[in-house]
Amino acid sequence: MADPSYPDDLKYHPEHDWARIDGDTATFGITWYAQDALGEVVFFDAPAVGASVSKDQAYTEVESVKAVSDVIAPLSGEVTAVNDALADSPETINDDPYGEGWLVRVKLSDPSEADLLMDSSEYEATLE
Amino acid sequence: MIAEADDTLTIFERSKAGRRAFVAPALDVPPRSLDELLPAELRRSEPAWLPEVSEPEIVRHYNRLSKRNFDLDTGFYPLGSCTMKHNPKLHERIAGLPGHARMHPLQDPTRAQGALELMWRLQEALGEIAGLPYVSLQPSAGSQGELAGVLLTRAYHEDRGERRTKVLTPDTAHGTNPATVTMGGYEMVKVQSDANGNVDLDDLRAKADEDVACLMLTNPSTLGLFETGIEAIERIVHGVGATLYYDGANLNAIMGISRPGDMGFDIVHFNLHKSFTQPHGGGGPGAGPVAVAERIEPYLPRPQVVRGELGSNGSEPFYDLDYDRPKSIGRLRGFQGNYGVFVRSYAYIRSLGAPGLRDASETAVLNANYLLARLRQHGVAEYLPAAYDRLCMHEFVLSGEPMRHQLHVKTLDLAKRLLDHGVHPPTVYFPLIVEEALMVEPTETETKETLDRFAEIVAKILREARDDPSVAQNAPYTTPVRRLDEAGAARHPVVRQSKAPPPGAADHSINNGPVPAA
Amino acid sequence: MTRYTSATDADREEMLAAIGVAAVEELFEDIPESLRLNRQLSLGDGRSELEVFEEFRALAARNTSAEDEIGFLGAGMYDHYVPALIDSIIGRSEFLTPYTPYQPEISQGGLQAMFEYQTAISELTGLPVSNASVYEGPSAVAAAGYVAKHTNNRRRFVISRGVHPHSRETLRTHAHAWGMEVAEAPLNGGVTELPDLGEDASAVIVQQPNFLGAVEDLTAVANAARTAGALTIAACDPLPLALLKTPGECGVDIAVGEGQSLGNRLDFGGPSFGFFAATEALMRRMPGRIAGETTDVDGKRGFVLTLQTREQHIRREKATSNICTAQALNALAGVIYLSWLGREGIVELAELMLQRTAYARERLTQIAGVTPLHERPVVREFAVEIGAPVGAVIARCREQGVNPGYPLWREYPEHPDGLLVAITERRSRADIDRLADVLAAAVVAEREAVGIQA
Repeated sequence: MADPSYPDDLKYHPEHDWARIDGDTATFGITWYAQDALGEVVFFDAPAVGASVSKDQAYTEVESVKAVSDVIAPLSGEVTAVNDALADSPETINDDPYGEGWLVRVKLSDPSEADLLMDSSEYEATLE
Repeated sequence: MIAEADDTLTIFERSKAGRRAFVAPALDVPPRSLDELLPAELRRSEPAWLPEVSEPEIVRHYNRLSKRNFDLDTGFYPLGSCTMKHNPKLHERIAGLPGHARMHPLQDPTRAQGALELMWRLQEALGEIAGLPYVSLQPSAGSQGELAGVLLTRAYHEDRGERRTKVLTPDTAHGTNPATVTMGGYEMVKVQSDANGNVDLDDLRAKADEDVACLMLTNPSTLGLFETGIEAIERIVHGVGATLYYDGANLNAIMGISRPGDMGFDIVHFNLHKSFTQPHGGGGPGAGPVAVAERIEPYLPRPQVVRGELGSNGSEPFYDLDYDRPKSIGRLRGFQGNYGVFVRSYAYIRSLGAPGLRDASETAVLNANYLLARLRQHGVAEYLPAAYDRLCMHEFVLSGEPMRHQLHVKTLDLAKRLLDHGVHPPTVYFPLIVEEALMVEPTETETKETLDRFAEIVAKILREARDDPSVAQNAPYTTPVRRLDEAGAARHPVVRQSKAPPPGAADHSINNGPVPAA
Repeated sequence: MTRYTSATDADREEMLAAIGVAAVEELFEDIPESLRLNRQLSLGDGRSELEVFEEFRALAARNTSAEDEIGFLGAGMYDHYVPALIDSIIGRSEFLTPYTPYQPEISQGGLQAMFEYQTAISELTGLPVSNASVYEGPSAVAAAGYVAKHTNNRRRFVISRGVHPHSRETLRTHAHAWGMEVAEAPLNGGVTELPDLGEDASAVIVQQPNFLGAVEDLTAVANAARTAGALTIAACDPLPLALLKTPGECGVDIAVGEGQSLGNRLDFGGPSFGFFAATEALMRRMPGRIAGETTDVDGKRGFVLTLQTREQHIRREKATSNICTAQALNALAGVIYLSWLGREGIVELAELMLQRTAYARERLTQIAGVTPLHERPVVREFAVEIGAPVGAVIARCREQGVNPGYPLWREYPEHPDGLLVAITERRSRADIDRLADVLAAAVVAEREAVGIQA
C-alpha cells in the first residue's frame, strides 16, 4: 500500500498493531507504519490455532528482507484462526495490511482491554 | 568479456559420471573386509553426491567464476568501516613457507618456538599500538573480539561479586553490537548522538548507572568523527564502575597518533583484516585480538602466549602456551587462533614500523578529507551533503536525502550506478542515524588520481540523474547480473542445488525447484 | 610515504589546499592534546621487503613442521595433502581481496561458490540446509548450542566427554553468559553413555567419530534426545562422513564440524572453517551467512546473501549469532577440495584411511605393553594406552624423527599413558611400520627404565 492510512474503525496499539473488534472476537494485524518500516515481508511465522496471546506480549514474528520483528498482541485471548494465505504470499501484509493482510483471529478473554487502546487519530499523533 | 549463458552453471551441473581429478594412493596394507572394520549399520546408505569433474574443468569453472567478482586488487573499494587497504603480496609468500603453513597446532612448544615467538611479538606490538599491554590473539574475527570484550567484562564484575545487566552502545554502533550484547547475556541500551555527531553526554549521564556493565564505543565513531568528549565519557563510565570497551574497526585513523589505552579504554579489539591488511577473502578469514588493562588481564582467554626468560639451553628466552589461568573466561575457539592471519599482520607491522604506521593513519585521514573536499564541490554537495559539517577522520558520511527528494534517486540507486563505472560503492544505509547514508573510506593506499576520478564519477552520475533519474534507478547494466530479487530469495529460500541423477544416467533432468518449505 | 602509499609532497600540497588547511596536523585538531602520543611507537623502523622476508624465514626455520618429521598428530587438525590447484585458485585476486558480498551484482563468483559449498556440505552431512561457513569447529558447537537455546528455551546442555576438549571448553565459556548449565556425559568403552536427560535438556552434543577415534551410535543418541524433547548436535569430522551414516540419516538436528581437513593448511591451528548444517525446521534460526539462488530483473539466474535478518532487529534482540566476517576463502578451498576428490574419490580416500588406520592399530597393539584404549570401530584415528611414561616415550620417538601422536594426560587424566594416533593419506605403510618400530623401541626402553619386565 503506497500511502499511509489508519482506518477509523480500528483500535491501535503503540507497538504498531491494530485490532478489529466484533463483540468478543477480534482480528489482529500490523499497521501501515509497521509494514513500511519493515520493507517487503518475506515470512510470517504463524502461531498455532488454540495458542493463547496476552496483551502487550509478542505472539509471533514477521520477517522482511531487512529485519525480523516481534508482533505485539493488542488484546488477550485465544487464537481461533490464522491467515494461511500468507504462507505463499507474505507480501500481502505490505499490499493490504488491514484487509487481506490480517494475521490472526482471536476470541477475547477480556474485551474491556479495548478501552486501553488508541483510536486512529491518537495513534497517528504518536507517529509524528 | 561477454558473459556466456553457461557461466551460471554450478560445478554440480558440469559434472559427468566417471570424471575425476583425484586418484587415491594404492592400498599398501593388507585389506580387511569393510564389514569387519565398519559394520553396515554404521555406514551411510548412499555416497555423497559430490561433483565428478577433471582438474582442468575445476580450474576453468572457478577461474570463470572469479571473473564475476569485483575485487580490491582490481579497483577502488571505499567501503566505510571496512578499511579496504592494499593487501601486500609479500605476505602470501611468507604465509606459504612450510615452516608456518605446515605447522600442527598441537606441536610441542619446544618445536614451535618460531610460531610462538611470532605470536608473542605480535601481542607486544598490538599492545603498544593500543596502549594496553595484555593481549590475547585468540578471537577469530571482530565479532568474536567484541564477544570476548563482553565476556571479559562479565568475568570482571562477577569476580567482584556484582551482577550487572546492561551494556550501553551509541545509536551509531556497528550492527553486530546488539547481537554480541545478547550473546554475552546482557540487555542493550542505546545512547543518543548529539547534533555534532558525538555521544550525547547528558544522555550518557542519564543512562549510566550501577546496573551498566560496559559502554561499547568506537573512536573515531562510525560517522568518522573523533569523540571530542572522550575524557568526559571515560569519567562517567568509570565513575559508575563500568568498563569502557573500544571497537577497533576505526583504528586506521589514529595509529601512532593517539592510543585507546591512553583515552581510558579497558578493553580494545583489533580487526586484523582491516587496519592490518589481512585479505578479506570475500568474507573471511580475519582475526579479532583483544588488548586489555591490568585489572582485566586475569580473565583473558586460555591459553595465553607467554615468554619465560630461561630457555632450554639456559640463555635464550622460551615461548610457551600458558594454560594455568584460573580466572580465565576459558576458550572462544579451538587451538591458538588464526595463526595464518597473525603471520601476515605481523609482517605488515614489521614492514611499516612505527613511522610507517603513523604515515598510514595520517595519509588515511588526509585522503578522506581530500575526497570530502572534492565531493563538496558544486553539483555534488547540494545533493550529497556531508552529514556533519566538520573535518572528518579516515572516513566520512554523506546523506543522499536531498538527492532522493529532488532527483528521485536513492542512495541505493547511486550505489548501483557506481557499479557500471567500475568502482565498488561506499557503504550504504549505515549508520542508521543518517538518512540515506553513504559512508566513504578511501584508505591511505589510494592515489590522489583515484580519488579525483571517484569524485568525477559521482558528479557525472548526478548530472545524468538530473536529466533522467531512471538510468540510476534501473542500474546496473554492465555487471554480470542486474538487480536481483532478494525478497524472493528470502521468501522461498533455495540454498543448495537440488539433487538430480548425474548426466549419463537413464533419466536426466536438472530440477532447480525450491527446497520445500517447512 | 611508504611502499604502500603514494602521496608525494606535491600531492600533499594540492590536497591540503583543497581541504583548506595548512598542514596535516590540523586534521587531527579534534584529538585533545592530552591524548596525543608525543613519541614514536616503540616498534622500530620500517623494513624493506627483503629484510622482512628474511626475518620471517628465520622464524619459520625454528618450527618443526609436518615436513620435518613423520607425524601422527591429529586431535582435530590433520596433515592432508592440499592439491596445488587450490593455491592457484584461492590466490586469485578476485577471490582473495574482495569484501563480504554486499553488492551481489558484482559478487556472483563468491556467492555462487558459497552456494556450491553449501550443497556439498549438505550432501556430506545428509541435512538439507547448510550455511556459508562459521569460524571453526569448537565455536561451531557453541553456535549450535545457541540455536538450541533459542529453539526450546531450556536451561541445560548435555555434552559427551567424547567431544573435543576445546569444543567442550568453548561451549562452557559461552553457556556461562547465557545462564545455562553444561553437564558432561561420560564415556564407557570408548563411546558416550547418556545419563537420564530429564526434562530440561536443551541439546545433547556428541562428536563423530569422537575424540578418541571411536564411531558413536548417533541414531541411539538422537532417539534418546528426541524422547526427552532436546535437540541433537553432532560435531563431525568431515572426511569420515564419506563412509559413515550421515547425521541426517541418524535423526540429528544440527551437524557442525572442523573443516580444516578439506583443502586447508594446518597453519598452526588457523584460519580454517567450521561447517554448520541443519534440518529444514531450523533454517531461519541458522547463524552466519547463507547464499540463496534467485533471478535478476532480466530473468537471469543469480545468487544473493539471504536470511540475513537475524542480526539486525527492529524491536527485540533475537540474534542467532553475531557473525560478520566468517571464513569465506577457507570454505572456497573446501568446496574446491570436495570437487577435486569427487563423488568416488572421497570414498576411496576414506577407505584408504580406514584400512591404514586398522593396520596401524593392529601393529601398535602388538607391541608389548601397548593396549587399545577401546575396541570400537575407528576410521582415521585411534587411541592406545602405551604402558610406559608417555612423555619420555614421545621424546625418544622424536629423536628418531617420528612424532607418534597426541598424549591424552592433560585432557583425559583417567588415561595418563594414553596416546591418540592419526592417519592421513600422507602416512604410508612404510611410515606406519617406522612408527611401530620406533614406538616399540621407545616403549621397551622406558618400561625398563621404570623397572617393568619386558
